[in-house]
Amino acid sequence: MKKPRVAFFDFASCEGCQLQVVNLEEDLLQVLEAVDVVSFREAMKEHSDDYDIAFVEGSITRRSDEARLKGIRKNAKVLVALGSCATLGGINCIKNFQDLDYVRKFVYGEKAFSYETYPSRPLKAVVPVDFEIHGCPINRKEFTMVVKALLLGKKPDIPNYPVCVECKIAGNICVFELGMTCMGPVTRAGCAACCVTEGAVCWGCRGLVDDPNADSQREILAKYGLSIHDILNKFRLYTGFSEVAK
Amino acid sequence: MNGEKIIKVNHVTRLEGHGNIHITIKDGRVEQCQWQVVEAPRFFEAMLRGRKWNEVAHITSRICGICSIGHTLTSLKATEAAMAITVSEQTAKVRKILLHAENMQSHILHVGYLVVPDLLDAPSVVPLASTHRDQVLLIVRLHRLANEMSDLLGGRTTHPQRPVVGGFTKWPTVEELEALRKRLEESIPDGEALAHLVKDFAGKFPQFQRETEYIALTHPDEYALYDGDIASTDGGTWPVDQYKEITNEYCVPQSTAKFARHKRDSYMVGALARLNLNYDHLGPKAKSVAEAFELRPINYNPFMNNTAQIVEAVHSMEDSIRLIDDLLKNGIKDEKPSVAIKAGRATAAMEVPRGILFHEYEYNKNGECVWANCIIPTNQNHANIQKDMEALVLQIKDHKQEEIELTAEMLVRAYDPCISCSTHCIFL
Repeated sequence: MKKPRVAFFDFASCEGCQLQVVNLEEDLLQVLEAVDVVSFREAMKEHSDDYDIAFVEGSITRRSDEARLKGIRKNAKVLVALGSCATLGGINCIKNFQDLDYVRKFVYGEKAFSYETYPSRPLKAVVPVDFEIHGCPINRKEFTMVVKALLLGKKPDIPNYPVCVECKIAGNICVFELGMTCMGPVTRAGCAACCVTEGAVCWGCRGLVDDPNADSQREILAKYGLSIHDILNKFRLYTGFSEVAK
Repeated sequence: MNGEKIIKVNHVTRLEGHGNIHITIKDGRVEQCQWQVVEAPRFFEAMLRGRKWNEVAHITSRICGICSIGHTLTSLKATEAAMAITVSEQTAKVRKILLHAENMQSHILHVGYLVVPDLLDAPSVVPLASTHRDQVLLIVRLHRLANEMSDLLGGRTTHPQRPVVGGFTKWPTVEELEALRKRLEESIPDGEALAHLVKDFAGKFPQFQRETEYIALTHPDEYALYDGDIASTDGGTWPVDQYKEITNEYCVPQSTAKFARHKRDSYMVGALARLNLNYDHLGPKAKSVAEAFELRPINYNPFMNNTAQIVEAVHSMEDSIRLIDDLLKNGIKDEKPSVAIKAGRATAAMEVPRGILFHEYEYNKNGECVWANCIIPTNQNHANIQKDMEALVLQIKDHKQEEIELTAEMLVRAYDPCISCSTHCIFL
């Protein structure tokens, strides 16, 4: 069987998700035996436009980036969005709730208008996306699981229940009990509740489950003392692009 | 020489972020020579406005995947300074080891995966996995060790969860630290082996020198990474809150990142700058690696930044062992961070893999960030890359076009630029 040809691309992001691929260490050498990586600008000089699977990290934040993404979509049989910036728009969408001219002027002063920008968006707002690997950053194990599924022609199994379920499995004390607030009740699981397990809270980086109980989440956050402003900020940290946060 | 050489490398590879090199040489005259930064701006300072004190480090960590630990820790230190929060000695020590872990991770990634292919005439590390298996496995081992250190102390490798304002949410156990100490001890020979590997090919680094200014933190007692004052090889030290006297950022039409200059046209930050300023504080094993590379202050060859990174990786291993020993003497206490929110404004600086990083914040009495400014190492290097490229291309303008192109790419790569960082954070 011919090895599938794989390419990596990035738009506005921290490139931390591609770094997780490099961080597979010895496992990456095994992945390299199963696929041919034909383009990965961050790590390789080699480049080819002939590929089967494209992994794309980052959000689209400029109109001029759309053509490059559409080109990738045209070349790839399968397009996989890699990480919150690509799947949700992620933290790049925080700026969407501010006046963009004002934002540019403050960052770049009188030169502001030579710096192109528009409301940030996930890949699927520009082209059809076949699969999504969520997270900020992505989880290395989940990446390997998705690659294996793609190689076997199967649909990767991404949970559609909230992080609370995994928090219970991990045996964590609910952070609401500890006087903090959390996005876990409406956020898609699949991370093994890693942030709560490490003593932090769930920030919502994997996006909302398909049918989130957003009203109840708002009520709970308000009950625990968050103002409307704080609640909006909580939803708009990662999921600002979705309707629920608007 | 007659004829025209036009070099247009768009989106230079084996770099973090998007940058272009455009060079035109006509009848032996350099008509254009430009380092361009074309990364999409992300406007981080705007994102921080109105955000709570305990969200700020979470957001600024996302400036860069490779140096997320450095951004997190600098951010926490700036918030703590603004609210007059002091952290325990245990917190400072664990943060220092975490910073070493990132320094190692980033340096090994850069030298091992991005620079070594140039030395072995390979387009990337991928073909080397079959042609130079042992060397690649050596690099992978060191990289994995650094990542496991970050996992252990920070919660995960990228965008760590445990470091928070006032301290940590969770501490490593004594057993975990003892195991890490043992692994570090056993891995120092790997670090030295990497130095030998690169040394065998160091002749491929161009013999190029250009006198410039080097800026880094400096500290009377240690090789400054976590703490210190700003220092220059041209003389002088400054407290970190005077950073704007040094950085003087300005916009250039070719770049979405700002450039910086101090007294000269440009200055350099990063491993070579630190080594040039703080050589005496390197650990003994790191010093012998530096001697093997004939790296002594002041070294004006930017390509030697690659070797300075190897020296620092070995120093980070040595110094982490020292810090772990120090921690183990007192045992690990289950300290909880304590924070009293108040209004204030402050700056923090730290040495992260690519150089000196500044975060400055202002908070209101509710602990909301009302103003932010971050100055990224790579921003401070862009002007120096440009000036070096002009001098380098003038020196090699009669060489073959492919050779000029490769050497210019190697120059940019030597700086290990982190371009997604550098376009995101500037004035608000």
